[in-house]
Amino acid sequence: MNPIYLFFHKTGSPPWFYKYSGKLIPWLWAVFLALTVYGLYLGLVVAPADYQQGESVRIMYLHVPSAWMSMMIYGLMAIMGFIALVWRIRIMEVLVISSAPVGAAFTAMALITGSLWGRPTWGTYWVWDARLTSELVLLFLYIGVILLYNAFDEPRKAARAASLMSIVGAINLPIIYFSVEWWNTLHQGSSMGSDGPGIHPSMLLPLLLMATATKFYYGANLLTRARLTLLKQDHRKRWVQDLVSEDRR
Amino acid sequence: MSHTPFILGAYGISAVLLLWAAMAPVINKRKLLRQLKNRQTRMDKSQ
Repeated sequence: MNPIYLFFHKTGSPPWFYKYSGKLIPWLWAVFLALTVYGLYLGLVVAPADYQQGESVRIMYLHVPSAWMSMMIYGLMAIMGFIALVWRIRIMEVLVISSAPVGAAFTAMALITGSLWGRPTWGTYWVWDARLTSELVLLFLYIGVILLYNAFDEPRKAARAASLMSIVGAINLPIIYFSVEWWNTLHQGSSMGSDGPGIHPSMLLPLLLMATATKFYYGANLLTRARLTLLKQDHRKRWVQDLVSEDRR
Repeated sequence: MSHTPFILGAYGISAVLLLWAAMAPVINKRKLLRQLKNRQTRMDKSQ
């Protein structure tokens, strides 16, 4: 068999995925915690306050990574949804639906921290500006994917519908990204523009550390949720029953 | 204007959100495994 097909066949098998992802999760949490502690130390203790925004700039170390994650996770959901629909790989369906709550949490976090950063910086918690509104639409899209999945009785049909919605909703991603260029908005431009980062290295390092930490958080949380979804879907199958029997001993 | 309440609020709410998102599947998995174990015990007794 072609090694690529063999790889997908093996990793797509629920018992294999359940077993090996379980071994990976503690390591992902450990790296997340280490990066977060160091990133927060640099961001809250070492990095200076901004000359214009003052101490409120420290919200950036949460707001920017969560906003990046909100878009990255939805982009991944669209890609995985496409793979799930075209090649009918079940594990991809599971990953799509398991990603949605994590993405929704990051989007809510981006909106809330942005709002709390906006009050001392712009003088308002909220404006119906292109970037903020398109990010709010992203939160509704995540909620829509979760609700759509839960509206079906048959899990595979539900996952396919959710995958399709993920693909269609991906149209919002370039709108969010380019909103600050296409429209005249209150929101600042990209922190990491094509000319390189526009911030000092003492602020850039904790920002990048926090951004990397959130990737590990997503990985650990996604695998934990995917394992739960597999258990729920396969609870009558032999591999889950064997697992429960082993656990009882 | 003091920025402290905004910074503390942002970090506090984010911590709650991330903790909730991380703990919810762990709690649900424990519940599900307990249910499955109970079901298996009932089936064993009935046989």
